[in-house]
Amino acid sequence: MLRLNNLEIKYLGVILVLRGISLEVDKGKIVALLGANGAGKSTTLKAVSGLLKTEQGEVTDGNIEFEGKRIDKLPPEEIVKRGIIQVLEGHRILEHLTVEENLKVGAYSSGFGSRLNRQLDMVYDYFPRLKDLHNQTSGYLSGGEQQMLVLGRALMARPKLVMLDEASLGLAPVLVKEIFEIVRRINAEEGTAFLLVEQNAVAALSLAEHGYVMENGRIVLDGPAAKLRGNEDVREFYMGLSEIGGRKSYHEVKHYKRRKRWLA
Amino acid sequence: MRPCGTFDVKYEQDLRIARTPAQRAWAIIGLIFLLCFPLFAGGHWLSVLSIIAITIICVQGLNFLTGYCGQISLGQAAFMAVGAYTSGILTTKLGLPFLVALPSAGIMAGLIGLLFGLPALKVKGFYLAMSTLAAQFIILWGIKHLSITGGTTGMTVVPASIGAFTFESARSYYYVILTVMIIMLYFAKNLVRTKAGRAWIAIRDNDLAAEIMGVNLYHYKLLAFFICAFYAGIAGSLWAHYLTVIHAGHFGLMDSVWYLGMIIVGGMGSVTGMIFGVAFIKLLDESVASLGPALATTFPGISETIFASLSLMFFGLVIILFLILEPRGLYHRWEMFKTWYRLHPFSY
Amino acid sequence: MNTFVQLLLTGLMVGGIYGLVAIGFVLIYKGTRIFNFAQGELLMLGAFFCWAMLVQAHMPLWASVLLTFAFAIAIGFAIERTALRPMLGQPILSVIMMTLALSVFLSGLVTLIWGGAWKVYPSLIPMGGINFMGFTLSQQHLFGFVIALLTFAAFTLFFRRSRYGLAMRATAEDQQVARSSGVRVTLVFGLIWAIATLVSAVGGILLGTINGVNFTLGQIGLKAIPAALIGGLESIGGAIVGGLIIGVLESLAAGYIDPLVGGGVREIFPYVVLVIALLFRPYGIFGLKRIERV
Repeated sequence: MLRLNNLEIKYLGVILVLRGISLEVDKGKIVALLGANGAGKSTTLKAVSGLLKTEQGEVTDGNIEFEGKRIDKLPPEEIVKRGIIQVLEGHRILEHLTVEENLKVGAYSSGFGSRLNRQLDMVYDYFPRLKDLHNQTSGYLSGGEQQMLVLGRALMARPKLVMLDEASLGLAPVLVKEIFEIVRRINAEEGTAFLLVEQNAVAALSLAEHGYVMENGRIVLDGPAAKLRGNEDVREFYMGLSEIGGRKSYHEVKHYKRRKRWLA
Repeated sequence: MRPCGTFDVKYEQDLRIARTPAQRAWAIIGLIFLLCFPLFAGGHWLSVLSIIAITIICVQGLNFLTGYCGQISLGQAAFMAVGAYTSGILTTKLGLPFLVALPSAGIMAGLIGLLFGLPALKVKGFYLAMSTLAAQFIILWGIKHLSITGGTTGMTVVPASIGAFTFESARSYYYVILTVMIIMLYFAKNLVRTKAGRAWIAIRDNDLAAEIMGVNLYHYKLLAFFICAFYAGIAGSLWAHYLTVIHAGHFGLMDSVWYLGMIIVGGMGSVTGMIFGVAFIKLLDESVASLGPALATTFPGISETIFASLSLMFFGLVIILFLILEPRGLYHRWEMFKTWYRLHPFSY
Repeated sequence: MNTFVQLLLTGLMVGGIYGLVAIGFVLIYKGTRIFNFAQGELLMLGAFFCWAMLVQAHMPLWASVLLTFAFAIAIGFAIERTALRPMLGQPILSVIMMTLALSVFLSGLVTLIWGGAWKVYPSLIPMGGINFMGFTLSQQHLFGFVIALLTFAAFTLFFRRSRYGLAMRATAEDQQVARSSGVRVTLVFGLIWAIATLVSAVGGILLGTINGVNFTLGQIGLKAIPAALIGGLESIGGAIVGGLIIGVLESLAAGYIDPLVGGGVREIFPYVVLVIALLFRPYGIFGLKRIERV
């Protein structure tokens, strides 16, 4: 459904951030994109949703296809109309508007009317806590509630693909579990595809069906989530699961002793 | 930005203002040029430079408040008026010597600036700027309506005198202005390198983070207001004794706006940038004013009002173009040019 | 007591007009988070244009008004596109300077085109007063007051109920979020400026009929700034309330304090009120508090 083909992106004409990545998200699937800070994950998402221009970034090579048509030159409004919504990093809500108004903004492109109320009901069904808070000024919500609000706002547009940028950032583990459970439900019931950009590899890989690992602007590893969970390099560098049960020997810490296979 | 290869091995070197031999040489040459200026320049250019020097002191005050501390102030001209009238009243009506009147003007203006900076505890950013706008109007109204300031007709001020010597000629007064300007600029350059300067920059960039780190916001914001108005007061006093006639029309809202404009054109948060900005705008002013008579002779149909409106439009346009094309000011352009020159033919 | 009520009523009427001008400020701030110092000059431009249509082009009233509206909308879009679009993302000082420079530019422009003399409108609203419970109300001011209230009602409904109003509020809060939700931010900005210029043109026509028009008319913008701030910059109702407060206080001050000080209190009383109000209610009566979470 969504394909990135050899995408190359530069900021300010000189900073090469993405060095030719290729990525695929199939209809109705959940795909995880893992990587350390600065790998280029957010840039990938922004490229898909068309928000690069305001940050002085541009696609210099490659293209992005959605349902067979190229979308890399379109403005953000068009991309939203096609069914791709990005949930920006850092639970950015519209602070002075109430929860319900925030949700209505999400439905801007699909119009108002009776459909709006049905959408609102659907979102309240997935996030009962939002229903309790629906007239509250959203600036005063807690972090977890704000994250739910931005996810609900994304759902209001009846998207085909939702791109979550670091949804687990700054949330308590219990809340992360709750939110990802809701994501799974949405995926199962509505058939919405998800592209999760995460640093929390454990949570992401437990939810996703397919995963990509990005480093320094390149995809270095990809495969079904189960295979990635078992991969030694992913376990050590992204899950911190090396030498469980014993003490880590400081001799082994030396960089060249345990190399990432993909740097071969 | 320093060229490659310059580094400091001792603390004394780090503390210097002019760091490389080239900078020291330029500073000395500049100083000699300024000192000898009256010897070869005519009366007109002497007056231009005197006014530029006074404006530099005033705008440096604004630079502290707006460029370093990030609080927008639309009342700088009014604070300058406070200084001008204080100095005028002290010397002319009360007969106090100039050397007393000058700092008193600064302190008086500083206190008034402090008063209008009091809302700084409650409001931030734009709303604080409105308080300074109110200051501009209220102070000016006060000047126009109090009899001690001569009301709307203005006030005559005696020329400055230190001891037995009276600075009546433009030339002699030029040296007074120059001395004061150099002292104030030296103080300014050092002030921004101390704890206060760093606190101001912290407040400008993220005041919540600054507060958490222990910067007392209220204290430093009020300090910025005081020093800003102090500089304006000093500039006002120099202005009063230069022109020897002052009235409220010299210190209107438009002047405050221009002072802000000079900071933007020159580049915020840097002393050199501010000097660029002042010089640029004032010289532009000069050229437009001198162009006027020339235009009037070539196009006799153009009346005074049309010319006045054209110059207004022109200035508005200059600021607009600067904001669109080079929002970081002339200083940034200058730094880019120096970098290009040093790194040529490499581009990055 | 009679003087007091008379002063109060006159103040209310004049305050209505301040409120109308203040609505222009609030509209632009509400939609774009920019404070437009050039609002007074836009009003003046509208006033001059309408005068030109009425007197220089000899158009009938309805045509002049409609043409002025069209002109105002076009100017609003043009200013947004050329001067304010490059200011997206710039620090607030640059934006303020831009609107200040714009106001200087526009005042020069009107002087260039129409000269410095006072221009008088043909009489549109009869002068003279209406007797209201024994007090006089100026007909012209009353007309302005009514128009201000209608404008307030129209815009409050617009921002609260309509989809475009919501989109505008969203854009003002966070442009990137609005963009990512499918709102065409550039169009929203253009619309806001066009509407605000339109409102200013209405104010300009009103003031033109009352006072005549000349290049100093733009300074009413400066009087309306305290009105907008006291009411709260995000609230249209606040703009009207602020305008009324300023009108009343100014009128009372002129009536009672003027004889003591020798006149002229009118000019700065709004600003004194502003400074005091900023100390107690910094965000205005109905303004939105800054919500900051670290």
